[in-house]
Amino acid sequence: MKLEAIIQPSRFESVKDALREIGIEGMTVTEVRGHGRQKGHTEVYRGREYTVDLLPKIKLEMVLPDALVNRVVDTILKTAKTGKIGDGKIFLSRVEEAIRIRNEERGENAL
Amino acid sequence: MKCAGWKCSFGLVPVLGTILLAVVPLSAQQTPATSASPSTTANSLATPEIPKAVNEKLAQLDKDVKAAQSSADNAWMLVSAALVLMMTGPGLALFYGGLVRRKNTLAIMMQSFALMALITVMWALVGYSLCFGGDGQFIGSFEHAFLRGVGADPNPDYAGTIPQMTFMVYQLMFAIITPALITGATAERMKFSGTVLFLTLWFLVVYAPLAHMVWGKGGLLNASLGGKFPTLDFAGGTVVHISSGVSALVCALYLGKRSGYPKQPMPPHSLVLSFIGACLLWVGWFGFNAGSALAASSLATSAFVATHFAAAAAALGWSAAEWLKNGRASALGAISGAVAGLVAITPAAGFVGPMPALANGLIAGLVCYWMVTKVKAIFGYDDALDAFGVHGAGGTIGALLTGVFAQQVINPIFGAGKAVGGLDGHWGQVGNQLVGVSVAWVFALVGTLVLLKIVDLLTGVRVPEEHEIEGLDITQHGEEAYNLES
Repeated sequence: MKLEAIIQPSRFESVKDALREIGIEGMTVTEVRGHGRQKGHTEVYRGREYTVDLLPKIKLEMVLPDALVNRVVDTILKTAKTGKIGDGKIFLSRVEEAIRIRNEERGENAL
Repeated sequence: MKCAGWKCSFGLVPVLGTILLAVVPLSAQQTPATSASPSTTANSLATPEIPKAVNEKLAQLDKDVKAAQSSADNAWMLVSAALVLMMTGPGLALFYGGLVRRKNTLAIMMQSFALMALITVMWALVGYSLCFGGDGQFIGSFEHAFLRGVGADPNPDYAGTIPQMTFMVYQLMFAIITPALITGATAERMKFSGTVLFLTLWFLVVYAPLAHMVWGKGGLLNASLGGKFPTLDFAGGTVVHISSGVSALVCALYLGKRSGYPKQPMPPHSLVLSFIGACLLWVGWFGFNAGSALAASSLATSAFVATHFAAAAAALGWSAAEWLKNGRASALGAISGAVAGLVAITPAAGFVGPMPALANGLIAGLVCYWMVTKVKAIFGYDDALDAFGVHGAGGTIGALLTGVFAQQVINPIFGAGKAVGGLDGHWGQVGNQLVGVSVAWVFALVGTLVLLKIVDLLTGVRVPEEHEIEGLDITQHGEEAYNLES
């Protein structure tokens, strides 16, 4: 199962630590910009106001053995939540195949 | 130049003092010799031997004292010259560089740097002479073309204790930064070729005459060397800031708005760069203003203090206005305020005391804040980095306030005991300042407009819109400011 989570940058370190505690070792992280329902904020430079609506977020991607998915989702929900608009989302999708490049292992062995 | 008469007379005080001290023991030895020969009459100076030795000793002492003063003054003036160059590069280059969008960073920095090279060469060929040669009302002469006659000897009209070569190179640094200030208004859309041509011509047609009128011997607006309308401009309120600021406004109007302005956001790409640049400007300004005393004198100290105080008060003024308006004080606001204060104290630095300097700075901080945030929006011109809002407005306010705050206790430029500005009761000086300001405004307006028309025909002034969107770094210079992935 592939998990993509878009979270607040301020929660990233806590999420990462919590995931390590439950034994998750691999993840891919990107700094992204975007917004959902959250409105942006305004910045003022010499009296000119700009609305910044694409806000910085962190995107976590990991492919997990099915047995781990629920625990990971719970952990992210618990640690990434601030309760305010803009906390982000989690997406789950099926993965056809996983292959480790070094030794061509396939399936859950490759994760 | 800017205060030549006063500085020279001040310089004489220690010289005379030292001579006096030296003479006392010598004349004591001399007394018995003269009384021993009663036949000698009152004009005993004719006594051959001892007085000759005394005279030689005196002449030697006089020479030594002058050499010592010259060394001290020269040391300070060379440091000041270097400080003023530092204001353009890296000071202004960083300040402006941070305010533009990332794609135009190198282009705006390169404009400042190009002027460091271009104006220097122009200055050596004819620039210095057009500013400080001869004694015409409107422009200098070719007397010092190719720096003829500019060497180790002082030019007593301008700075009697330092080599004219030092005075020349110090003044050069002012001629470099002035056109560089204009690039704040043309930022992000003016061709490099057009910029270089325009600013070179501008230096010859606008800067040189104005510098001569205000600072040159016999200039129309000169305050100490025979001007008709003695305008007080210690370090360049009219010559540097009004001239560049008003020309900047003309450029902004002539070029038109940047593509997408004002709808599209164009926030500064790195306020960190701007912050460093502003701090370098602040420090460099000590060379600019205190150096304009043209000596390591107490007047330099006074100008140094006034400069610093005005910058501080203006930073507070701008920040306070912003805090009241937006509920927050921004870093950009604080540094912009400081620069506005430095601009406004420039004409006043060597004429005002510390308390008026605080007032001057506070007023400038508030006025420039209002110019940049309100007036610009009302009229809708795209003065991209606020060259007019800060330098044009700050320079004008500063020049007028100089007429109010100037005091003879600080700088008796019109002669000992003679009232200088409004605080001395000489309110007519505000009128003189107004004349100086008006001449500078009209000169800059007309000169810039004519030159832009000419340059537009020769090279064009504005880049095509697709180049503007792609950015001037790539389209004008073929490089990028940040290749962080390489």
